[in-house]
Amino acid sequence: MKNILKRLNEKIDDLVVVKQRDDLYFIKVKREHTDFILRYLKLDENFKHLDFMQAVDYIENNQFQLTYMLYNYEIKINLGINVMIDREKAEMDSMHRIWPHLWQYQREIHEMYGINFPGSPRVDESFVLEGWEEMPPMRRDFDTLEYSKRTFYPRPGRSTNDPKEYMKEKLYHDFAKSPKIRRDDE
Amino acid sequence: MEKKDLNEIEKEMKLANEGLPEKERILFSDARPSRVEPLNKYLEQFVNWARARSLWLLAFGTGCGATELRPLMTSRFDVSRFGIAGRPTPRQASVFIIGGYASIKTIKRIVRSYEQMQGPKYVIALGSCTINGGMYYDSYNTINRIDYYIPVDTYIAGCMPRPEALIAGFNRLKEKIQKGECDGMNKYADNFDWYKKNQKQIIKDWNMPDYNW
Repeated sequence: MKNILKRLNEKIDDLVVVKQRDDLYFIKVKREHTDFILRYLKLDENFKHLDFMQAVDYIENNQFQLTYMLYNYEIKINLGINVMIDREKAEMDSMHRIWPHLWQYQREIHEMYGINFPGSPRVDESFVLEGWEEMPPMRRDFDTLEYSKRTFYPRPGRSTNDPKEYMKEKLYHDFAKSPKIRRDDE
Repeated sequence: MEKKDLNEIEKEMKLANEGLPEKERILFSDARPSRVEPLNKYLEQFVNWARARSLWLLAFGTGCGATELRPLMTSRFDVSRFGIAGRPTPRQASVFIIGGYASIKTIKRIVRSYEQMQGPKYVIALGSCTINGGMYYDSYNTINRIDYYIPVDTYIAGCMPRPEALIAGFNRLKEKIQKGECDGMNKYADNFDWYKKNQKQIIKDWNMPDYNW
C-alpha cells in the first residue's frame, strides 16, 4: 500500500491520506482530478472493484462529500476516494464510463441529495421517491419530522422516554457506579 | 331539493381515471365499488363459519414484518393447521397482511393489490409501524397510519411481533369474521372518496386507474 500511495503522490501534489485500519485508507482528491485518479487506480493499481458510492452533507462547510469506495482483490485493501464539491451549485462529473454500475448510485444520490450528474444515464428517473415534490430529503436542512406531521396524519397519544434515564430507573440502578469497561482502542 | 339531470348524476357516479392517458381510459372500467349486503341470517352465519376456516394469505411482504411470515408458514409454527395458506396472487387471496412499515412507493402497490383482491377480504396490520409509525414516525417516506388508506380489521402490536402473536391475531380475526364484524370491504365502498382523497394526497404520480383493474 505504501508503494501505491508513493506512486499516487507523484501523480498529484498535496495528497491527503488518512489511515483508518490496516485494510482501510482514505485519500482526498480535488474534483478535477477524480476521473484521472479513478482510471489510474482501476487500470494500473488493480483497484478493480467499486464497492459503493455515497454522499455526506457537510452543511457547516457548505459542501458535499462524495466517497468512491474501491477494493483491491490482490492486496485485500479498501481505498476510499473523498471528493468535496460545492453545496450551492451541487454538480459532479459522471463516472459511469469507468464502472458502468455507477449510474445507479448516481441516480440515487441525485434523488436523495439533489446533486447533478450531467450525462449519467437515466439519472432523472425516480429511484425510491415516486413523485417527490419537496427538497431532496437527505439534505440536512430538510425537516423530516415537520414533513411527516404535515403529511402522514400522526396518531395522537404518542409518548417517548429518554432511554438512558428510563433504563436507569427501570433496570440498572447501579449502572452509574459500575466500573467503565475498558476497550482496547481507548 | 335541487333537481339534476339523470345523465349528470350518472356521470358524477363514474370515476374519472384521470391518472391514465386519454387513449387508455377506455380499457378500464369506471364503476365504483359497491356495497355487498349480507345474505339471510342463518346462511350468513354458516358462510362466515366457513370463511373463518379457510383464510388464504396474499404472499406480498410489504416491510420487515414479512420475515415473521416465513417461520409462521414452515414446520415450527405450521399455520396450515388453522386452515391458513399462502396464495401467489391477489385474485385468490382473502387476507392481506401489511408487514410493518409502508413507504409511499409501497402504499401504491398495497392499494393496488388490495383493490385487486376479491371479496370478502380482510386486512391484518402487523407491527407498531402500521399503528402510529413506530420507530419511523418522523421519516419522510413512511406513512404513520395505515387505516387512512385501506380499512384494517385487526392490528397486531409489537416490533416485531413473534409468530405466536400473529397466530393470536389470526384467532382474533377468526372470531370477528364469525361474528360478522369484518366488513372492511363495505367500509371501503362507503367511504371510497375519503380513502381516495387520502391516497392521492401522498401518491403524487397517480398513473393507474382509480378503482377497477
